[in-house]
Amino acid sequence: MTGRIIGIAGQTVTVDLRGLKLYEMVSVGDAGLTGEVVRLERDRAVVQVYESTAGLAVGEPARGTALPLTVQLGPGILSSMFDGLQRPLNRLREATGPFMTGGGEIPHLDPDRRWRFSPAVGEGEEVVPGAILGRVAEGPFSHPITATASGRIARLAGGEFSFGEPLGAFADGREITATNFWPVRKPRPCRRKLPPGEPLVTGQRVIDFLFPLARGGTAIFPGGFGTGKTVLEQGIAKFAEVDIVVYVGCGERGNEMAELLEDFVSLPDVRTGASLMERTIVVVNTSNMPVAAREASIYTAVTMAEYYRDMGYHVLLLADSISRWAEALREISSSLEEMPGEEGYPTYLASRLAGFFERAGVVETLGGTIGSLSMVVSVSPPGGDFTEPVTQACLRAAGAFFMLDTSLAHRRHFPAVNWFQSYSLYGRGATEHFDRLVSPRWGEMQRRCRELLKREETLREVAEIVGVEGLQDADRLLMKTAERIRLQFLSQNAYTGDAFSPPEATLARIEAIVSFHDRAAARLAAGEFLDEVLKESTGGMTP
Amino acid sequence: MRLAEHLYRTISSIRGPLLFVEEVVSVRSGEVVEIVFPDGAVMEGEVLKIDGATVLIQVYGETRGLDTGSAVVFTDSVKKAPLSREIVGRVFNGSFEPIDGHPLFVPERWVPVTGFPLNPVARARPEEFIETGCTAIDLLNTLVKGQKLPIFSCSGLPAREMAAGILQNARLAGGGAFVTVFVALGLTHHEYSFYMEAIEAMRSGFVAFVNRADEPVMERLLAPRFGLACAEYLAFEGGMDVLVVITDMTNYCDALREVSTAREELPGRRGYPGYLYSDLASLYERAGRIRGMAGSVTLLPVVTMPEDDITHPIPDLTGYITEGQIVLSRDLHQRGIYPPVDILPSLSRLMQRGIGAGRTREDHRDIANLLYRHYATGRDLRRLEAIVGRDGLLEGDRLLLDFADAFERELVGQEGRRGIEESLDAGRALLRRFGLAEPQEGGRG
Repeated sequence: MTGRIIGIAGQTVTVDLRGLKLYEMVSVGDAGLTGEVVRLERDRAVVQVYESTAGLAVGEPARGTALPLTVQLGPGILSSMFDGLQRPLNRLREATGPFMTGGGEIPHLDPDRRWRFSPAVGEGEEVVPGAILGRVAEGPFSHPITATASGRIARLAGGEFSFGEPLGAFADGREITATNFWPVRKPRPCRRKLPPGEPLVTGQRVIDFLFPLARGGTAIFPGGFGTGKTVLEQGIAKFAEVDIVVYVGCGERGNEMAELLEDFVSLPDVRTGASLMERTIVVVNTSNMPVAAREASIYTAVTMAEYYRDMGYHVLLLADSISRWAEALREISSSLEEMPGEEGYPTYLASRLAGFFERAGVVETLGGTIGSLSMVVSVSPPGGDFTEPVTQACLRAAGAFFMLDTSLAHRRHFPAVNWFQSYSLYGRGATEHFDRLVSPRWGEMQRRCRELLKREETLREVAEIVGVEGLQDADRLLMKTAERIRLQFLSQNAYTGDAFSPPEATLARIEAIVSFHDRAAARLAAGEFLDEVLKESTGGMTP
Repeated sequence: MRLAEHLYRTISSIRGPLLFVEEVVSVRSGEVVEIVFPDGAVMEGEVLKIDGATVLIQVYGETRGLDTGSAVVFTDSVKKAPLSREIVGRVFNGSFEPIDGHPLFVPERWVPVTGFPLNPVARARPEEFIETGCTAIDLLNTLVKGQKLPIFSCSGLPAREMAAGILQNARLAGGGAFVTVFVALGLTHHEYSFYMEAIEAMRSGFVAFVNRADEPVMERLLAPRFGLACAEYLAFEGGMDVLVVITDMTNYCDALREVSTAREELPGRRGYPGYLYSDLASLYERAGRIRGMAGSVTLLPVVTMPEDDITHPIPDLTGYITEGQIVLSRDLHQRGIYPPVDILPSLSRLMQRGIGAGRTREDHRDIANLLYRHYATGRDLRRLEAIVGRDGLLEGDRLLLDFADAFERELVGQEGRRGIEESLDAGRALLRRFGLAEPQEGGRG
């Protein structure tokens, strides 16, 4: 089905093709730029193009592909870096050089790479969708190849293969392949969703201890620029206790991505010792890459994340930043001349966001195993103002909120998570788990820590009026302890060995601070002077 | 490629800088057109929108005197910049016409001015120290090769002296010099002459693109793209280290708003178009290094914050794209401190990799962290002092107050160029003088 371009306005192109479907992929122009049908009229279709349209001419050809925007699923996704349309960046670089000039077709997964397949079912067996047909070793992971349809296996051969060759066939002649395609905007199916409960250890003390995240849960952290969103996000990507990490650099800085990629290749996983990249998938659409592909990038990423979830793995999706995605949505909406809602964002912003967050969760997969997909998403509110539509829409959809505080960042307190405003809806379940797994004192320490910080806040207001000198010794001790909690416990240096803190170490550290406080308070009560009591600290308290 | 010349006299309407031309066949998006005025003058424009045979054109200059009988010639090409090594040492206007009295060189290549995004996996991590000669930057907000670090100024503050100072003093770690690309946007004649004097006094090579306050607004949008296309060419084809200074980005954004409004686009925050972030990113993101290639593009844009407001869309979006910011403060300026850099909101995100042993000096990180921490505390105490008075403070706190004053006067404030060794020594000496030299309890930065 071929037609012609009849109009161009920025990234939207009008073509005279008939018989297209909404959201079908269309290839436009001599260069073969990729686009998606966003509006259909009787004899024409409006296509949102994912690449720069500069130089595109009317009269150039347009061709429907009969498929919506899809990603290719199969072994070889792990350790790879893709753009928002799942184009492999490394092979793209080999093909076209350091600059991305657009156009051209390149297979998403390497068609020539050889894999070794070990079948798990015999010939003649009946299978249903989701049944494991066999396994491929993908780095340290066992990558099950599952049936996408039901039928009786006629042939299934083990041994080496590449994507060009089928693994076998069903009795009715349909081929069995190790790779398949899935439309990115459609959630992948599962048997049922389970409520999130188990905590997801991030290695960040302030999160694990005060505002824990759950496996299958969602968290957002909004913060103005310079509040350390990216460093925190990358810290979580490095140390989170999950099997697989999908990192989406959505409309962010290219140099930061270069830094992340180098880090991930060179740094070992704190648990397995293997390169971090082995468990990571990176999707990157930097701020200067086309906006329509930026809009698609989070869907591309979440679909790949669901694919590994469906194998029974615990997957964590990190997106930096969802505001850039929302802005892409706004740009597209405005180029389609849709009626704008708040601050120019389309009115469907909140429902799209909610739909995206709902793809997280703990699931029982079609194959009957348990997998989870958790999400941690950064938000970049303009001017650091949290009342703006994207932050507000995210707040309604996400289960945990880590508020990054500019004044903490200015004091170089990182991660700059504000301990009064942040919250986690997974707190109770997580505390029960930590009480059981780490120590029954977890919950109590958490309560003490919160209480000390809260009292410091009150005292600080008093101190601002009467001066620190005017406070009583017991109150000055409390301020000293709270300062220690802030400096030695809540803040964590991302560039040293302290970047990752396992739960046992987290608890030990807060217990040391609190028990020192209790001893000191007892000595004060017994009549000792504050200065003497605090002397003990320099010896015993250095972290 | 079209064989015949493509000339039309079918302008159906003219609205400000926008023209509608009808019955046009085979036209490209972003194609450059030449508009021939009734008096024979020729002006360039660009195809914005095509709807069948009707084409919307944005004219790059003033449309006064144009009539519907004027001719429009389609060139079959997007906007391109002529490039050659001979460009070094030349001065151009916002239309890439030489204004230094010499003829244009013979172009070696023509490249599209918008450039192409750099594949993220092809980028090399910026980590090579650049010495700017300014302590507030070198010691506390270190700039590295391939970084984009804006200067956030307020009207009336000496941003231009600072930018010119950096242009003159910037050196690579090995002592090598930069090729400077200077892009002036909407500059008054007064500012223009100041910069040109500074540039001509420089030892190293430069290229300048100058759009003055009374020159066409469209050229203000083109000039930075010319400058960056030129920088990319010199860096990645010539293997040079290029420092791009763009001043003033606020004029650029206002020009973008003006053009966007003329196009009747939906306005976003404060009337700026919704795509301001992506548009700014298309400029700023062109800074960087490429793996396996010599050369680098380092970008220093100057942004004047309207109403001294850092949350205004221009500094806000800039800060979200760039790798940090150098913020100037009116308060320091009024107290006679030059350069008036406010250390607290200033930040260089790529500093960590660029400092320490082998880059600057082993003790750089410790000194910087200590200075920052004590200064921040001192600043906090100033607020407290205003309420309870100096006498209501503890002895140690009074010391920190004095430290903050000395820090601003002696370390941030400086006359002439300071090398990094000198800056580090000055920092260490100041800490020692106040007895703050050794890391204290909890001082792990």
